[in-house]
Amino acid sequence: MENPRSYRFSFVLLALALLLSCLLNISSGSVSIPFADVISSLLGKNAQLATWDYIIWDYRMPKAFTSILVGGGLSLSGLLMQTLFRNPLAGPFVLGISSGASLGAALLLMGTSMLAGFTSFSFIGDVSLAIAASIGSFLVLAVVMIVAQRVKDTMALLIIGLMFGSITSAIVSILAYFSSAESLQRFIFWSFGSVGNLSTDQLLLLAAIVVIGILLSIVSIKSLNAFLLGENYARSLGVSLKKSRLTIIIATGLLAGGITAFAGPIAFVGLAVPHLTRQIFDTMEHKILIPAVMLYGGILMLLCDTLAQLPNSASVLPINAITSLVGAPVVIWLLVRKRKMMF
Amino acid sequence: MADGNRNILSVQDLNIGYDSKAVAKHISFELEAGSLCGVVGINGIGKSTLLRTLGGFQPKLSGKVVLHQQILENHTSSSLSKKLSVVLTEQPASKNLTVQELIALGRQPYTNWLGSLSSNDKEKIQESLDAFLLEELRHRKCHELSDGQLQRVLVARAMAQDTPLILLDEPTTHLDLYHKVQILKMLQELAHNKQKTILFTTHEIDLAIQLCDRILILDGKNNPFGNPCELIEQKHFDHLFPSEMVQFDAKTGTYKVNK
Repeated sequence: MENPRSYRFSFVLLALALLLSCLLNISSGSVSIPFADVISSLLGKNAQLATWDYIIWDYRMPKAFTSILVGGGLSLSGLLMQTLFRNPLAGPFVLGISSGASLGAALLLMGTSMLAGFTSFSFIGDVSLAIAASIGSFLVLAVVMIVAQRVKDTMALLIIGLMFGSITSAIVSILAYFSSAESLQRFIFWSFGSVGNLSTDQLLLLAAIVVIGILLSIVSIKSLNAFLLGENYARSLGVSLKKSRLTIIIATGLLAGGITAFAGPIAFVGLAVPHLTRQIFDTMEHKILIPAVMLYGGILMLLCDTLAQLPNSASVLPINAITSLVGAPVVIWLLVRKRKMMF
Repeated sequence: MADGNRNILSVQDLNIGYDSKAVAKHISFELEAGSLCGVVGINGIGKSTLLRTLGGFQPKLSGKVVLHQQILENHTSSSLSKKLSVVLTEQPASKNLTVQELIALGRQPYTNWLGSLSSNDKEKIQESLDAFLLEELRHRKCHELSDGQLQRVLVARAMAQDTPLILLDEPTTHLDLYHKVQILKMLQELAHNKQKTILFTTHEIDLAIQLCDRILILDGKNNPFGNPCELIEQKHFDHLFPSEMVQFDAKTGTYKVNK
């Protein structure tokens, strides 16, 4: 009902902020490249050194693009979960969806090597990793959904999510104990989270998954809005509960699972960004919230990645640690300031 | 229009309950357009179950419900959403909605796939805001409202859904006397001025007697239905409650505590 026009200014600001953080992200890295050269390289003119062009176009640009996809996609899945579960604390990490993806990845990376120790990793393609992680997240999501049907208490749901996290990490520990050093290392690097190591094919696959997730969310806008009243009201408004719930779950599972597969389990973005977004966009209309959380998530992820990329040094901090360091205080701050979290 | 066609809702020998365990049996009544009907009865007699059954939230056990000349079960969910709207006892899941946003959700059955509001939708929303004195509250969040205000918002949302039948489950609970009367008066105006058929469950028997055009008494036996005066004359209110505690006074239409 509120004119979308009144948010146009905020959207322009957010888009500018995204552009700026993108530039900042691209101009920082282990190799120091003057800002002027970054700009001229981006504009299609050559930078002073050909290697700089190569670094910017073949390494930093895909990384920035991945960050935007990961941040935007995770934030969107967080928004969908908060509405679907009627719970302000819902998010891919809290509800154990990321743990499910981890389990899928762990079973693939370490489990297969256990079963067939002699086979090389080469047959574990990117697609199979994405599929394994997505299946893992879907399974957990389905179980959480079934439990949510029976347990109306929102606290119980969160505790169940935490328990899933514990179970998963236990299974992962067992797998780790029996697996080879090589595959264990591979899994641990995956679990640090990274937006930098994606090949063009992987990036395209990730983009395709995120786009499908976005499309499914856009189709669900009307039912998402109706779910804000509760399921019985949504039903009385003509929403087909089964169909729209399934669509939203598939969108969430694809987004959280697909992203976790490629970028590792990244904490807090999905939970914190929707709440941060509501600080500026004071509306519950998903037509506005969906693009807003995605822009916001993209910005946050770019900034976190810039932080992770220690300036002028070759070392990169695990992105998962950075998002937790940024995201957890945000959640605490929101809780303290508003006393009660709303969605 | 033929006489029979004025019936918005017709219920014939309806049995309701859960998994073949009947809660209430042999309920029959008919409601015309523009009538306000209260459903009264003691706790656990099946008032809410009746409302949930009529609203399509749970299947009936047996009997027949005809809504707008069509069997209730034969309505598709989208057609049903244009025929009946509900006000439930449950609170809206998100109280971060503004009054206006919440009422606008009532227009969902009529909006396109994105839920964009047409000028007609906006008119209906404005009408609902005006009818329930919510103009000044329109940009408030639901968590900032008092119980009485929130109840008005929920009823206004049902009005914006613009259905011939509105079902309300205990719209007056948690309200003080003034706000109880206010809500019921507004429902009466809505029924009479806009020709809506309104069915609500309530424990306010004295108010229902004064304001309703029809009353359905769920007593576990005959479930009498009629206009309040007839029901008083036929002494149907006298045995609604165990008589050692309260006694119905037919002159005033109220219950008196036995001294």
